[in-house]
Amino acid sequence: MRVSVLQFPGSNCDHDVTYAFGSVLGCATSLVWHGDTQLPEDTSLVIVPGGFSYGDYLRCGAIAAHAPIMAAAKRFAEQGGAIVGICNGFQILTESRLLPGALLRNENLSFVCKNVTLRVESHKSPLTAKLPLHSTYTMPVAHMEGNFIADTATLDAMEQNGQLVLRYVDGHGEATRHANPNGAARNIAGVSNARGNVIGLMPHPERAIEALLGGTDGRTMLRGLVEYVRG
Amino acid sequence: MRARVIVLPRPEILDPQGRAVAHALGALHFGGVQDVRVGRIVDLTLQDGLERGAAELQVRKMAKDLLANPIVEDFQIQWLD
Repeated sequence: MRVSVLQFPGSNCDHDVTYAFGSVLGCATSLVWHGDTQLPEDTSLVIVPGGFSYGDYLRCGAIAAHAPIMAAAKRFAEQGGAIVGICNGFQILTESRLLPGALLRNENLSFVCKNVTLRVESHKSPLTAKLPLHSTYTMPVAHMEGNFIADTATLDAMEQNGQLVLRYVDGHGEATRHANPNGAARNIAGVSNARGNVIGLMPHPERAIEALLGGTDGRTMLRGLVEYVRG
Repeated sequence: MRARVIVLPRPEILDPQGRAVAHALGALHFGGVQDVRVGRIVDLTLQDGLERGAAELQVRKMAKDLLANPIVEDFQIQWLD
């Protein structure tokens, strides 16, 4: 399998993600430039990494969503290909309408940079398909716009369809207000599309892949993703 | 021909920036401010000689496709000349 990591001007987690999948998990990886019109032919997983694509101009992810490579990513998703957007990558996927909803400025207007705990709510995503339901993982968030929102009818439909994939929880595994770092509706940390092949999440699994970095829960999560994609 | 696109958070969307500005106005002793919404203005200068109706359609599409996110924002178009 090949992991294709999309690279926009201002992406800054592209090399971290490449290190995680390449050096730590042993996958073939490619960095794919935003101006390219095609993904490498043997791509089986697309990662839209974090950062500040196009300087967060206009709205986070708004300009990247229209980059040439995103047309190829949309075709890949239509064919059932697995796409994971992390942080700014999540914002790019909502702006490109590959995922429902939108990500607003954090409720308290502060940049939030700390470890959070996530609970797996659904198997309906390539990232969580191999993880036990309700298992929890700790890893960092680092963002200013992670306040996920959609209208109530959309949220209800997503919940029913298993698309609310990851929630922020406290040390007891409860989705409390205190555990919510950004004001996201229903403590949502990650969502998938209706088909379940595209997922976005605000936390950074690629920053929790070695004990030296403060934890390995992200590695467990990404290994599950690789296992799922490999079939 | 110049068009101004005004983008504001939709009324049902909580606007934390607007709320922070409202608090700051209160701290400066400006009374009577009930609500503040913060948005953005995009001024577009269009090619001369465009037909107005076609230009309106085009600017509306620009606003829907890129300048505003219709999930969370409303927009208005004003013509500056």
